[in-house]
Amino acid sequence: MSDDHIDELIEAVLRQLKAEGLVASSSNLRSQADNSQTAGSHTHTNISADLVIDSDDPTTSMQRIIPGLENAADQDALVMLMETTTARIGVGRAGYRPKTKTLQLFQSDFAISQDALYREVDPVLLQKFDLFQVETMITEGKEQYLLRPDLGRKLSSEAMALIKSRCVKRANIQICVGDGLSATAIEVNIPKIMPVLISGCQSVGLSLGTPFFIHHCRVGVMNDIGDILEPDVVILLIGERPGLGRAESMSAYMAFQPRSGDTDADREVICNIFDNGGTNPLEAGAYAVQLAQTMMKNRGSGVKMRLSKDSER
Amino acid sequence: MLLRTKLFGKNYEFADIRVLMGKANEEKSGDRLAGLAADTTVERAAAKIVLGHVPLITLRQNPAVAYDQDEVTRVIDDGIDSAVYEQIKGWTVGELREFILDDRNDGERLLKISPGLTAEMIAAVTKIMSNMDLVTAARKIRVIRHCVNTIGEEGTLAGRLQPNHPTDSPEGIRASIYEGLSYGVGDAVIGINPADDSYSSVARLLDMSYEVIQAHKIPTQNCVLAHITTQMRCLEKGSPVGLMFQSISGSQKGNEAFGISVGLLDEAYALAKKNCYPLGPNFMYFETGQGSALSAEAHNGWDQLTLEARNYGLAKRYDPFMVNTVVGFIGPEYLYDTNQIHRAGLEDHFMGKMSGISMGCDVCYTNHAKTDQNASENLAVLLTAAGCNFFMGVPMADDSMLAYQSTSFHDIATLRATFRLHPAPEFAEWLESFGITNQSRFTSRAGDATIFLNRTSK
Ligand code: B12
Repeated sequence: MSDDHIDELIEAVLRQLKAEGLVASSSNLRSQADNSQTAGSHTHTNISADLVIDSDDPTTSMQRIIPGLENAADQDALVMLMETTTARIGVGRAGYRPKTKTLQLFQSDFAISQDALYREVDPVLLQKFDLFQVETMITEGKEQYLLRPDLGRKLSSEAMALIKSRCVKRANIQICVGDGLSATAIEVNIPKIMPVLISGCQSVGLSLGTPFFIHHCRVGVMNDIGDILEPDVVILLIGERPGLGRAESMSAYMAFQPRSGDTDADREVICNIFDNGGTNPLEAGAYAVQLAQTMMKNRGSGVKMRLSKDSER
Repeated sequence: MLLRTKLFGKNYEFADIRVLMGKANEEKSGDRLAGLAADTTVERAAAKIVLGHVPLITLRQNPAVAYDQDEVTRVIDDGIDSAVYEQIKGWTVGELREFILDDRNDGERLLKISPGLTAEMIAAVTKIMSNMDLVTAARKIRVIRHCVNTIGEEGTLAGRLQPNHPTDSPEGIRASIYEGLSYGVGDAVIGINPADDSYSSVARLLDMSYEVIQAHKIPTQNCVLAHITTQMRCLEKGSPVGLMFQSISGSQKGNEAFGISVGLLDEAYALAKKNCYPLGPNFMYFETGQGSALSAEAHNGWDQLTLEARNYGLAKRYDPFMVNTVVGFIGPEYLYDTNQIHRAGLEDHFMGKMSGISMGCDVCYTNHAKTDQNASENLAVLLTAAGCNFFMGVPMADDSMLAYQSTSFHDIATLRATFRLHPAPEFAEWLESFGITNQSRFTSRAGDATIFLNRTSK
């Protein structure tokens, strides 16, 4: 095939792609074609010997905000739309499929989410906030934790004894921290939310119980805590399951006087607590104090409480 | 009752229907968690053989929870069409399987026997069907429903646009809605999962999504998947609600943990028929998924597949526009890996169709399960072959609020192109008129969210 012929072919393909809106400018492809031509002229040398691939890290925040779609009707507006959400929009397409870069970013994020799963909360953090550690009935590590939610909902007998001996009973507010499905979520949010929760409660005159940390924790453990310590409100700060490339999201599950047998219908939750895009932990802390006050006023929590109130009126 | 078979010279005996139903399931971590799974693969095979001989009447007489103890059982049993039931009650589960697969029996014929079946019968036959049995049987059955538009017609595949946002920002959600619409997704529903269940936030999202629908004259329905009590409050106060949503469970106790009851759902349904803005007559949307009853310790010692079948029996009462299983949503404690998620997806879809409901699937997984996006894409292809009514459309399949991966806008477009399927007819027409498609093919406007920003250009 002659060089002229190749040029013609490339031009034709580019014209077609441009007409379909699949490429924005031809400059990139042209220079690649030029390179391969020069390389192709050394017929007997290894044409890949001079190849240098030094790809930018696609996971930096700068890279992530570059739209995949390059020929939007309103390109500036596209960037603005993208700024409103953590969702992966403005990505463009290759036919019906995602573009190569978008697909590979997804795969990279998936890989890092897998790594995040098996981490443990840093003991230094627990010391710093004076949180002593107790165990649930999980004894065989994370794999068992993942497969036995029933055991993650119950405190071990040692835990019960330790809690009884170390904690103030019948406080207004009992704060507990649990790793749940993300240690990272606890590490990044506790330093911010704890001070707000504590000072918030103090400022509205609510007494605080002795906080502690629950390893291998599920939401249902709140019932055991209620049984042992009998506070008015339990606030359980717990790591949510990790999302794609995001492990820092935490929830505050709350219940009024939880007791064994209670269900999620008796509880409430403030979710998606994280900085930069979620509910920031400072705000979430303030909101949790407010919600605790409401629970104490209503002497109840959850849908169940709302339903019974409805039937009263 | 004697439930026994010999297999390879050895006796396998099962104490009762409950035990048999558990052991006849394909391997699932949730059944293991509940202590119901077969001990060995040979025991599983034996259980399937015995189950194949069980007559349907026995299954009606042995529901997962007794009639007088459970309102879900009562809803299902009271709903049985006795004329149909009388004709089939003597069939064995094995005979039911062959009736379903018989090529002379088309979808209409299957839907004629559906009202004679209890959830336990549908669950039982599902247990003895292979994956391809489930695909081909479900493929025969079309369930067509109408709200603003029509879902389920032959040759169509719809998409729920799921534009969730970690703080429910109306601007952020609107941006994802634009993106999804530009890929031709949103015909099943524009359905937002809220991070905040408060009345004011939910009402705001209902208003915003309705405004988008009105501004661009989109023939579809909106929904905010808050707790149903919150949606009822919105509806009473005049919010524009297209579909009423609730997650349901297969036992009364499970529903109590979700804060609902049959009475409450009846009330919501009546309110929906009165106050939802679409033409209807189908106004309800339910989500289900294997493991939700066990997760609330409300499974009464029964396996997760049977509990799931009961979800569809309950859903049927409200003639829903759409129902979907969220098949890998909760995590590995119920469905451990790709195999288990695929199996459950095919089972649930078939059981929904066999129950006569408009069935879709949220093909999904969490990051703590042993699977990946390639596996999800596989299941979406399998379910499209099985004639699934709809899938989820999530930006790049990544739901950053719910923290799981589902199917993407691209996936729905790809499945339609690959299988030569179309969106809901009214919606397909709108896509043409809006210039997103031209003779069903994407134009250069497709995939561009900004085309919705300038309402005068088009
Ligand atoms: C998984 C999940 C579920 C699963 C829970 C089963 C399970 N075993 O995990 C299922 C599908 C059953 C579910 C159902 C519902 N959920 Co949900 N769920 C989640 C999700 C995606 C992850 C939770 C998580 O990571 N938990 C952490 C681990 C460690 O906890 P766990 O002990 O393993 O599991 C417990 C919690 O997940 C809890 N839980 C799950 N959802 C909810 C909702 C409420 C209101 C409460 C009190 C508890 C609760 O139930 C589990 C068992 O106790 C969150 C989103 C998020 N980013 O957090 C939404 C989320 C918590 N759910 C929500 C809602 C609205 C619901 C429903 C009310 C929806 C409906 N209309 O029916 C129902 C019913 C909840 C109830 N009262 O029981 C909202 C809550 C909004 C709010 N501020 O009140 C959230 C924030 C987002 C959403 N829209 O889905 N959910």
